[in-house]
Amino acid sequence: MAQVSSIADEQASTPLSSPKSILLRISKFNPKLDESSKFMEFTVSYQKWTTVLEAILDVKKHFDHSVAVRYSCRQATCGSCGMMINGKPKLACFTKISELDSDVVTVEPMNNFPVIRDLTVGFEKLFEKHQKIQPYLIRDDSELESDEREFLQSPQEVEQYIQFANCIKCGLCNSACPTMATDSSFVGPQALAQAYRYVADSRDKGKDTRLNIIDESHGIWRCHFAGSCSQVCPKGVDPAMGIQFLRGYLLGFRS
Amino acid sequence: MKESTIMKIHYGTALASVGLVAVHILMRLTTGFADSLSYENVLANYRSVPYVIMLELILILLAVHGFNGLRVILLELKQGRVYEKAVSYGSMVGMIVLIGYGSRTIIMTNMGMT
Amino acid sequence: MTEDEHREGIKGMANPGRYGIERIAYLLMRLTGLGLLGYFIAHVYETSNILRGRMGWDDFLAMTQTTEGHIFLVLVIGMCVFHTGNGIRIMLGHGGVGVGAPARPDYPYQPASQNYRHKIGIYSSIVLAAVAMMYGMAVMFGE
Ligand code: HEM
Ligand code: HEM
Ligand code: SF4
Ligand code: FES
Repeated sequence: MAQVSSIADEQASTPLSSPKSILLRISKFNPKLDESSKFMEFTVSYQKWTTVLEAILDVKKHFDHSVAVRYSCRQATCGSCGMMINGKPKLACFTKISELDSDVVTVEPMNNFPVIRDLTVGFEKLFEKHQKIQPYLIRDDSELESDEREFLQSPQEVEQYIQFANCIKCGLCNSACPTMATDSSFVGPQALAQAYRYVADSRDKGKDTRLNIIDESHGIWRCHFAGSCSQVCPKGVDPAMGIQFLRGYLLGFRS
Repeated sequence: MKESTIMKIHYGTALASVGLVAVHILMRLTTGFADSLSYENVLANYRSVPYVIMLELILILLAVHGFNGLRVILLELKQGRVYEKAVSYGSMVGMIVLIGYGSRTIIMTNMGMT
Repeated sequence: MTEDEHREGIKGMANPGRYGIERIAYLLMRLTGLGLLGYFIAHVYETSNILRGRMGWDDFLAMTQTTEGHIFLVLVIGMCVFHTGNGIRIMLGHGGVGVGAPARPDYPYQPASQNYRHKIGIYSSIVLAAVAMMYGMAVMFGE
């Protein structure tokens, strides 16, 4: 038994003796059982490099195993761990407690997504809208059919879309968007940015198809360039930029 | 109508009315505010055909722009087939009623029916 | 529906506190747009009093010839100037003007679309509106 607990101690990412600590407030809510959400509070110690995700996992390990949180890569690559951290959508694995500059850290499920339990939210609609804009190269031939060679691109051509290809589908942008806050039919910044990612790809021929898909009453026109999506995006996708370029085609500013 | 057509009209009406509204407001501020609003002055304005054309233009452009803006806000606020239909037709009716009512003033005053 | 989807609702849409000046401009654009529409409708009704002859016109004019009336008109002028200035900025942005150029993203990932050009556009719209309001005030109260 003694050995088991010493292993647990070794694995704890932040030793309890570490000097600084914060109050971590975790929103608890099970839509199947609870009427409303409640906060559970834990005092968690942290180091300069401790992330919010690590603090939550610490709580799971030492205080309450029932906290529901989704994560995988822990390095801002899989897009699973988005949540509201002190009121703004952020990746828990990419946000250090020390940079929040606060003695209290409140974590809640992301806005504008249905809550599954506690900090986890459902991404069905996000993925549905993503698929709706046809997120793949559209053209008549394919590399596999033509045995001549692959489709070539110059570095300049890559630069036109590579920024938008950085999207990890974390949904933070949709959570910050003011239109998304009330409009359940809006395609959203994530999908619109991806529509531009493919339109801007020199190998793609699906521009008109995609412009048609997003030119509807809950399509691209429900963006008002408030820019909140770009301010919260953890990968530098800058959805707002892509959306305005996309709209530039529809307004005849670009061709 | 396609949403892009509607929004092009939204931006077009906005751009077209920039200068017209500027003239309209600056007329008050540069010719002595109270004077410009006196009955004689206003009546004379309404009798001048070029000026009245400008007023009618402002009326039409901004009724279209303003009510479409309202439609946009309401569409984003709540969704549902019946609701959205009501919003679209409602803003259309608002537009037409306002243009009708304003034009009545303009035409009747211009023709001296006060 | 909104409840299940955990949407932020109108409060979240209108909360200007979290996302910088761009979100404040978004809110002001909506408020001034609605305010101007309200004024516009009232204004068309007001001017229709000319059909009631001199008495009718003067009756109605009396409403705006008070201090409150003047302050209200000054507000209308301010809303009009901000909405117009910011509207032109937004239309340029919507066409893809001044929103930066795509590049290879690099930490700390500053979004190029949230740049000084558009911030200057917002601040100048606010300043222009303030100047116009002061000018309007000088004219109306100066008489
Ligand atoms: C003449 C100068 C004007 C310009 C350049 C202008 C421009 C614009 C633009 C570009 C938008 C779209 C904003 C967006 O997509 O976020 C807009 C929205 C709107 N405008 Fe105007 N506008 C003007 C005057 C007016 C007037 C006089 C009214 C009132 C009758 C008005 C009422 C509205 C409304 C209600 C909206 C919707 C608000 C929103 O979506 O944010 N506008 N305007
Ligand atoms: C300080 C602000 C304003 C003042 C004092 C003012 C005053 C007047 C006056 C006295 C008239 C009667 C015709 C004339 O003599 O020109 C009029 C008509 C009109 N104004 Fe204004 N105005 C103001 C702002 C605006 C704004 C911001 C708009 C646009 C949104 C507007 C739109 C119109 C229209 C469409 C008419 C014609 C209405 C009709 O006859 O049905 N005005 N205004
Ligand atoms: S655009 Fe950015 S914030 Fe939006 S889903 Fe992609 S990575 Fe996340
Ligand atoms: S855990 Fe993968 S993005 Fe945070």
